[in-house]
Amino acid sequence: MRNKNQTRREFVRNLSVTALAGASLPLFSSCSKEEAEDFLQKHFLEMTEEEKKQVIAKLEQRYLERYGRKFQISTQKALPETLWGYGLELSRCVGCRRCVYACANENNTSRYARQLHWIRVLRLKRGNLINLEDSEHYYAPETVPEKGFIYLPVQCQQCQNPPCVKACPIHATWQEPDGIVVVDYNWCIGCRYCIAACPYKGRVFNWAEPNLPKDEVNPNVHYLGNRPRMKCAVEKCTFCIQRVRAGRYPACVEACPTGSRKFGNLLDPKSEIRYIIERKRVFRLREEINTESKFYYFFES
Amino acid sequence: MSQAHLLKTDRLHRIVTMRKISTIIASVFWLGVFLIVSARVGAQEFPVPPPPFTEGMFPCSSCHASLETNRKKRELKEEHSNIKMHHAEAMRWCLDCHDAKNRDKLRLFNGELINFTESYRLCGECHGNLYRDWRAGIHGKRTGYFAGTGKRTYLLCAHCHDPHEPKFKMVIPEPPPFRPTDRRNEK
Repeated sequence: MRNKNQTRREFVRNLSVTALAGASLPLFSSCSKEEAEDFLQKHFLEMTEEEKKQVIAKLEQRYLERYGRKFQISTQKALPETLWGYGLELSRCVGCRRCVYACANENNTSRYARQLHWIRVLRLKRGNLINLEDSEHYYAPETVPEKGFIYLPVQCQQCQNPPCVKACPIHATWQEPDGIVVVDYNWCIGCRYCIAACPYKGRVFNWAEPNLPKDEVNPNVHYLGNRPRMKCAVEKCTFCIQRVRAGRYPACVEACPTGSRKFGNLLDPKSEIRYIIERKRVFRLREEINTESKFYYFFES
Repeated sequence: MSQAHLLKTDRLHRIVTMRKISTIIASVFWLGVFLIVSARVGAQEFPVPPPPFTEGMFPCSSCHASLETNRKKRELKEEHSNIKMHHAEAMRWCLDCHDAKNRDKLRLFNGELINFTESYRLCGECHGNLYRDWRAGIHGKRTGYFAGTGKRTYLLCAHCHDPHEPKFKMVIPEPPPFRPTDRRNEK
């Protein structure tokens, strides 16, 4: 039998645990059942298949109530032997922003109060080198392309060495085996360290509850991708994880009217992206900071 | 050597020659089959959508069959007046690409007639480097599925470039994102 008399240390520990439990009781009773459930939900990578099914069922029910649509929530894993890469031809991009809105429609981003976009099309003066400080993304001419400017769409570059993942204090964002950096929106605490760490401004934050009109919802979603988010979650481009893991081009690739956007598997020698890397003049944004991005800009010589 | 042995070797020789001949015939046959099949496959090489005809225009022969062919280069005033030629127009004329006898076909430089669904071959005769990139999926646009058995669509050159006036038109851009101070960004 152990010593009945508690040490001072044990006494203090027990006292503090009791106090914490007591303090959190009113906290739990004040929040709804939904919020309590979400609070106790495990990290996605630690869930068993059974737990994933339960979470999916719960989310489908919740989305049905909120948006009046039957959602298909996928938890498809990364395909073997894949590393997704993206190509964007700068000499062809006209800056029409079709990709921006196609992305918003596909990925269920908040439409207003606050509007969130995963793609930002930068306008740069032609002739200067790519100098992101001199860029402008609120340009609004009558027609594009404008004389004397080039357009540089920037979204998450899916770095192979992602600074955002390193910055996250709770591992709510991580890199999947196929190279896509994803966020567990439920695990995210909204500290926004990843936003500060990203050198491409690739991440956006839900400052308020997202405003997504019922008739603009896309019900084909992936748990780690385009499922509707909540307030205080950080989100970003996932190369349309719900599409590419099914072998389909991302929404921005399909939307581009000039065909500047290309996509493929970097490990497949016959893929389009490998053709670009082997034959075109490619560069990556901010190569010097060693993020090893998988987003290749290229242009005709 | 005995007579019997000689006969035996002779027969053996004959059998071997027969076999050789039959192998050659078979290989020629299979080569032919392969060539025909590959030609067929070549014709249906890319999953292209229907070409972008102006509504009610195709088939061209519905009008042209009853018309006399006038090969003289001239300005068209009554029909096709909406077509503006801005594609090396000084050197070019309708019948360089459209076949004079069969109006529903396009005509390659070597005289081969092709369907409008294969028009990339015609474009590729001058724009070889772009044709090479298009075949690889780099120039131009592909939609649908890039892997698996899902439906895929490779747009023809003519879906983006009007063949008579191939330069891209200016487009109206989508609206810019809201500024952080924008009213629409507040509740």
